[in-house]
Amino acid sequence: MNTLDLEALGLRAVNGRLHALRPETNERRWRIENPRGAHAIACGLSSPLDVEIAGHVGFYCAGMNQRAEVTVHGHAGVGVAENMMSGVVRVKGNASQSAGATAHGGLLVIEGDASSRCGISMKGIDIVVGGSVGHMSAFMAQSGSLVVCGDAGEALGDSIYEARLYVRGEVESLGADCVEKEMRAEHREALEALLERAGIDADAGDFRRYGSARTLYHFDSDQAAAY
Amino acid sequence: MCGIVGLYLKNDALRPELGRLFRPMLLEMTSRGPDSAGVAIYRDPVGDGETKFSLAHDSAAHDWQRLAADIATALEASARVRAIDTHAILVSDADESRMRARLAEAHPDVRLVGSGTSVEIFKETGLPEAVYARFELEAAGGSHIIGHTRMATESAVTTAGSHPFATGADLCLVHNGSLSNHNRLREELVRHGLAFQTDNDSEVAAAYLTWKLRQGYSLKRALEDALEELDGFYTFCIGTGDGFAVLRDPIACKHAVLAETDDWVAMATEYRAIARLPGAEGARIWEPRPRTVYSWGPDGFEGDEDDGATASSAQATTVRPAAERAAAGGVH
Repeated sequence: MNTLDLEALGLRAVNGRLHALRPETNERRWRIENPRGAHAIACGLSSPLDVEIAGHVGFYCAGMNQRAEVTVHGHAGVGVAENMMSGVVRVKGNASQSAGATAHGGLLVIEGDASSRCGISMKGIDIVVGGSVGHMSAFMAQSGSLVVCGDAGEALGDSIYEARLYVRGEVESLGADCVEKEMRAEHREALEALLERAGIDADAGDFRRYGSARTLYHFDSDQAAAY
Repeated sequence: MCGIVGLYLKNDALRPELGRLFRPMLLEMTSRGPDSAGVAIYRDPVGDGETKFSLAHDSAAHDWQRLAADIATALEASARVRAIDTHAILVSDADESRMRARLAEAHPDVRLVGSGTSVEIFKETGLPEAVYARFELEAAGGSHIIGHTRMATESAVTTAGSHPFATGADLCLVHNGSLSNHNRLREELVRHGLAFQTDNDSEVAAAYLTWKLRQGYSLKRALEDALEELDGFYTFCIGTGDGFAVLRDPIACKHAVLAETDDWVAMATEYRAIARLPGAEGARIWEPRPRTVYSWGPDGFEGDEDDGATASSAQATTVRPAAERAAAGGVH
């Protein structure tokens, strides 16, 4: 395991060291110490590294991640794993707003709670939240899955296109065009696989599924007066 | 942008260290607000019948002793003054309204930036590091402090336009965000007799709270009404004689994080401002919910709803306006 002291080296040097590694590198295991809430830690990684961050991180941690597995041993600020393409990002604590925003792929696990707008405009990422999510989560979600083991705040899935939402607890309210859907065997299997990958012990049978009613795909002339 | 920070010491033994502990909090927010900075520090409560006035002047060479002598003579009152750079702390047993009138009449170039029994407000244009040094805050002790680093968006970069803004005795406000209905609201408040020093939107929020508090509303009730009547984005931190309160707008547009240990409670726009406090890594850390009034202090608000902050000494109250609930999730 290689250790990088962010306090001593500075953010650019730490990220630069990780960016310089080729995908075939043998130096796969890295630990970043003294993160102290800095922004953009382990951002833009593209090699299959295993990066442990020892503490709380600021905004945009592990953004644009490809292939790497990044673990935050603490809480994460706004936009953790935003625009992730592949790989795994795991937050051992809570995450702030817009976790996994616009992400195309990979797995984001938040073991604690996520704040508002979790999975906003998600485009293929799988997000598993061990706790609850705040208001406007999965806003304009386009593809992928959001699993919430706790409760969901107001306006879940507002203006959702596609994407599958699974919630075990209470949903405060559903957003425009988001509806509860039948949980069929295929969804249950997919959810079990997601929980397994996330390492979260929960019974898929306790969840309810939500998704798009698909009424916002096309302009409805009955509502012309509203525009 | 803008950064806001607050620190309340639960452990009295840390009080002499307040300024030293708070300095990295404010300075870490420099990148969010390099234009101006300000703090409200609560220390050295005055005696019975006395009021502490925070005064400011454009010139650091202003003759504050002459002002104190004039107050003593004209108002037949006690007046001790301590000058710190462009500001001065005046302690007097004069009636507050008579003090205001005398300052306006005989010292029109002096700005009254705050008053109360313990609050002292210092604010200036310039980098937070320079402002902190000018007002000798690193060596300052006290019970609690709130601060602001400003990146101006709505009005000019001036000392008067810097935060905090006073909202009553020992009360002041720092704001991250922008209000969209401040011009109309300012006109209304002027009609109610409130005076403004700037075109700043945050000053309108402070004046709104002042107006509500003058009518006898509790701070909690005033903040609940603010949720209905202030349109825009905001995270507020409100310093009180006992501690501080935090409120975010109904969609939580602006960042905020709270942290608590056995020794202190801190709020900041970003966690990195809290990271250097002793014990921060092991602190209980959470994000304040929208439309929820949080407060700390020995005489904190009564809370009527439990929060994620279960183990906290915070009192939290979530406000759910009926109209907003109905609209949520409705209109595309």
